[in-house]
Amino acid sequence: MNENCIVSLKDIVVEFDGQKVLDGLSLDIHDKEFVTFLGPSGCGKTTTLRVIAGFVTPKSGNVFFDGKDIADLPPYKRPVNTVFQKYALFPHLNVFENVAFGLRLKKLPEEEIRPKVLEMLEIVGLKGYERRSIYQLSGGQQQRVAIARSLVNQPRVLLLDEPLGALDLKLRKEMQLELKRLQREMNITFVYVTHDQEEALTMSDTVVVMSGGNIQQIGSPQDIYNEPQNAFVAQFIGDSNIVDGVMLKDFLVNFGGHDFACVDRGFKINEPVKVVIRPEDVQIVPPSIGMLTGLVREVIFKGVHFEMHVDVEGYEWLIHSTQASVPGELIGMNIGPDEIHIMKRSEV
Amino acid sequence: MLKSKASRWLAGPYLLWMGIFIVVPLIIVVWYAMTNSEGQFTLDNLTQIGRYASVFMRSLILAAVSTVICLILAFPVGYFLSRLRANKQHIMLMLVMLPMWMNFLLRTYAWMTLLEKNGLINKLFGLFGLGPFTMINTSGAVVLGMVYNYLPFMILPIYTAMTKIDDSIIEAAQDLGCNVWQILWRVLVPLTGPGIATGITQVFVPAVSTFIISRMLGGGSNLLIGDLIELQFLGNSYNLNLGSAMSLVLMVIVLLCMSFTSSFDESEMEGVM
Amino acid sequence: MNKKQSVLLQRTYIVLVFCFMYLPIAVMIAFSFNQSKSRSYFTGFTLDWYKSLFHNEMILSALGSSLVLALASSILATVLGTLATIGINSMSRRSQLLINNISYVPVVNPEIITGVSLMLLFVMAQNFGIGGEGGIFGWTTLLIAHITFNVPYVIFNVGPKLRQLDPSLYNAALDLGCTPRQAFSKVILPQLSPAILSAFLISLTYSIDDFMISYFNSGTMQTLPIAIYSMTRKKVSPEINALSAVMFCVILTIILISNALDSRAYRRNQKAIRKAMQAEGEGVR
Repeated sequence: MNENCIVSLKDIVVEFDGQKVLDGLSLDIHDKEFVTFLGPSGCGKTTTLRVIAGFVTPKSGNVFFDGKDIADLPPYKRPVNTVFQKYALFPHLNVFENVAFGLRLKKLPEEEIRPKVLEMLEIVGLKGYERRSIYQLSGGQQQRVAIARSLVNQPRVLLLDEPLGALDLKLRKEMQLELKRLQREMNITFVYVTHDQEEALTMSDTVVVMSGGNIQQIGSPQDIYNEPQNAFVAQFIGDSNIVDGVMLKDFLVNFGGHDFACVDRGFKINEPVKVVIRPEDVQIVPPSIGMLTGLVREVIFKGVHFEMHVDVEGYEWLIHSTQASVPGELIGMNIGPDEIHIMKRSEV
Repeated sequence: MLKSKASRWLAGPYLLWMGIFIVVPLIIVVWYAMTNSEGQFTLDNLTQIGRYASVFMRSLILAAVSTVICLILAFPVGYFLSRLRANKQHIMLMLVMLPMWMNFLLRTYAWMTLLEKNGLINKLFGLFGLGPFTMINTSGAVVLGMVYNYLPFMILPIYTAMTKIDDSIIEAAQDLGCNVWQILWRVLVPLTGPGIATGITQVFVPAVSTFIISRMLGGGSNLLIGDLIELQFLGNSYNLNLGSAMSLVLMVIVLLCMSFTSSFDESEMEGVM
Repeated sequence: MNKKQSVLLQRTYIVLVFCFMYLPIAVMIAFSFNQSKSRSYFTGFTLDWYKSLFHNEMILSALGSSLVLALASSILATVLGTLATIGINSMSRRSQLLINNISYVPVVNPEIITGVSLMLLFVMAQNFGIGGEGGIFGWTTLLIAHITFNVPYVIFNVGPKLRQLDPSLYNAALDLGCTPRQAFSKVILPQLSPAILSAFLISLTYSIDDFMISYFNSGTMQTLPIAIYSMTRKKVSPEINALSAVMFCVILTIILISNALDSRAYRRNQKAIRKAMQAEGEGVR
């Protein structure tokens, strides 16, 4: 991974009405990366974005851009641009003038503005729309204008605040790919805010999982999904079964009344731990050869798989499987060493 | 961001203006009402008003009667208009508002000529061998003038409240067994409560304080509070202190009326919730 | 009662109410063409009353004063009110509530009270020697009075519009390189301009129409409503009929034009929305 860091946040504290929204947050964002802030509403992800954009002044802490402290720089002097949640297009200007807005402020000559705007509109797929009024555009088209309006200023970093939230599912999927393509083509840093974990996993190079004004985990989508560092991440990213267990020694854990081989070590002998298992990582086998046995309570067809709620010694487990069992059936369950993630109790 | 501290200063000129030309004048009214012409404190002005009790009563009664008539006339209009197709509603609404834009002196003058002893209405009665009736310079003419002038102020808020009532609500009421009267009392009136309250204030307040309508249509015999006040300030019985005391009482009447309608408004709102 | 009868009843009722509202005006307009001064017999067609109306010095100069007064007071009230709205919007909730409540006073107070309370203020000012020999009643007092009752309408028209504005519009302007001042003039002001314009027009009509408040504060000045009032005191003056007819036509024309513009804008907007929805359908593919 390329180590040159473009935006760096150090010990950022933000308070609204005495309530801490960001609590000593530190973060490095690398150049030309697609970074996503992911978390439930109220976790501070949008605030972090607004700190970078300059709309929120932190109570303490520093914001570095290319190594320079820009905490006191007003938004209009920062080399970043934002795509707003509801686009914030200027209703009194047409498509062309919206996109040209930033260039006109820089007092570029008209003959430079025109080709730049038209090129940008072509890149976002709105060729021929330049004279339309904002009201004549659909949600997806308005979205594209908002992106073009920001990108035409050639920002080093593009900040996107839940830009796809207002679109319907199908259009959202389409725009996800489109944004990824734009980021690759423009070769700049995208910082993306979303509460949709699927969106974060599909698009990002790096995902920053946030909760309660703090960062819970930073990593590639694979890391985040496969190696959640704590119960919050495990639960927020996909569904998880989290059960109590005891670490007998390195590479051996006991839970559900059975010893399992695992790949974790470095715990004290007989240390109580939490065990995380993804629903799709449980294999269903005949009861006789299962490491665990459980009673199927409910089976729900979900399209690609069946979702099963299984009672294992008083714990309800969630299992995804392509074969259906019947409620009331006794099943056996196997879990491979790679699929078992161990977390310290304190991290829960 | 738009809410920066610096931009607060933009309100400065207006705050100054508001203080000098809204707040201070009201304080002066109170001050004049409580002093005599030498500037000494007295309650004489307020006690003197007792002598004009009959005028105050007449004002209140005529304004109340006009308000009730306006309400009765306007309620069906508001309902019928709100059930028309959108483009028709637009035109009808324009028709309701159009007379409002005419200066009310001209509108009142029109009635003056119609109601006269040898005016057009008596002429029509004459064709049937009736009359002539004395219509001008009666309290009836004053009520007519008030209803005519302020009717649109009652229709508009009721109409606005009615447009928010979906047809399906009325159908649901019918479906649950409401007859026409029950729909009126149990559905339409409660749902248009806030509109009715606004309408009542918008009609009652100008009606109780007018002096033009009474002067033009009521002759000399139907003095209202407004006439009394006008006489103290610009008329023959020039007495600013007494006039201020009367204004103060009028303000109290208006405040009482508004607190009454706003409480009605709120309780109706609770019923809706 | 069946459906047909009830529709008929509704129609009849509405027609009767509209007759009540329009007959007096119609009679006035009709008699403005009457040769004699009689208000019950139509003796023959004439345009004389219109001629004498347009040669009536008192009416014409009153009209002139009213127009100048209305323009001046509306412009000043609009500027004062718009600045105030922006200032008020950045204050705490409590101060906003207090200022709004005080601004409501001229709106809900009976006009006669607003009129006499201002008059008392000016009388006091005069007693302190302000205004010199001739007193201050006249242009100054009228202008002050009209601005005072107009500013609240500006505030209550522009204020809600300002609060409705998407706050991220302002942020977007800053983000794209506007200084706060540029963001205001290039983005916020254009968004507010329809509300500011309509506030200005409302002020203009209130100002031209006002009688009560002007009456107490005009001194010897005559605005159009005051001139009309003095004409009605003279009992028989068919010029008033002619004036009513003229005013009715002017108002009708203005309303028809604004209505036509509105409905054209509405139709265009509807078309645009339909187009955008079609485009959406294509966009999904």
